[in-house]
Amino acid sequence: MRFFEDIEIGQRRELGSFTFTAELIKKFAGQFDPQPFHLDEEAGRKSLFGGLAASGWHVGSVCMKLLVADGQRQAREAAARGEKIATWGPSPGFRELRWLKPVLAGDTISFQSEVESLRTSEKRPEWGILQARNTGTNQRGELVFSILATAFVPRRSAGA
Amino acid sequence: MTLTFEDFPPGHFGQFGPRRVTREEMLAFAAEFDPQPMHLDEEAASRSMLKGLSGSGWYLCSIMMRMMFDGYIGRTASMGSPGVNELRWLAPLRPDDDLMLDVEVAEARISRSRPETGIVTFKGVVRNAAGQALCEMVSPIIVRRRATPEQAG
Repeated sequence: MRFFEDIEIGQRRELGSFTFTAELIKKFAGQFDPQPFHLDEEAGRKSLFGGLAASGWHVGSVCMKLLVADGQRQAREAAARGEKIATWGPSPGFRELRWLKPVLAGDTISFQSEVESLRTSEKRPEWGILQARNTGTNQRGELVFSILATAFVPRRSAGA
Repeated sequence: MTLTFEDFPPGHFGQFGPRRVTREEMLAFAAEFDPQPMHLDEEAASRSMLKGLSGSGWYLCSIMMRMMFDGYIGRTASMGSPGVNELRWLAPLRPDDDLMLDVEVAEARISRSRPETGIVTFKGVVRNAAGQALCEMVSPIIVRRRATPEQAG
């Protein structure tokens, strides 16, 4: 992952893609969100979604999964260049999460992340605060998921 | 009886739980969806801002969803949610804690585009056994209205 000082507003990263199979949709829903339209094809077809649809929390969790994988890729690249590796902090929350279109069984969603704002933390001078718009797009190019996420990012100068 | 839009007037709705969060379930979620050291590794977690092993925020959201389902959404004519207005992670989720969920109806209005449905905006707060708020969420769901005699015909 990168340090606060290396990040600029407008930077965009492609995070990779994920295929939501019926099996994965039902497994997540069975554990966390067992509404009929997330568990059963026929109930899904009769719902507003028009088919077996992934829980919105499943979609958000997969976005997190790909964000972490992308961060690990960047960390490996930094290590290969002999640079110091930045470990990201936790998130205080998010706003404007939109489940814009259903994610149906068989859909492949590619995720993107674009930096929207950066500020330093007054309470925690060793951390910066980043806001990024993370989005998911299906195989037809339709935007299905969008979230304005916040995270603590370490500052390069901190305690060095 | 299935709950419909009319059953959600603004104000306090209910308290749900407790829901036990086991270390095993918390770590399994982190391994699959959020494998950051602060969620997986005791040693790395003790050096993190959260000073100890903490659950993924997305795990906490997923647990909150399950608590809402078990508490009322499972018997509500819910048609899904368009999103989350705001979610704040206030304190770390620790393993082997018991969570309670407080739910308030912040707003309830009839949908303009689908007048047979209403939009109920819930505010949910998850607290641990010590009563500390861990997470706060404001999110609308779409709920069917009770059938009127002319619709029922």
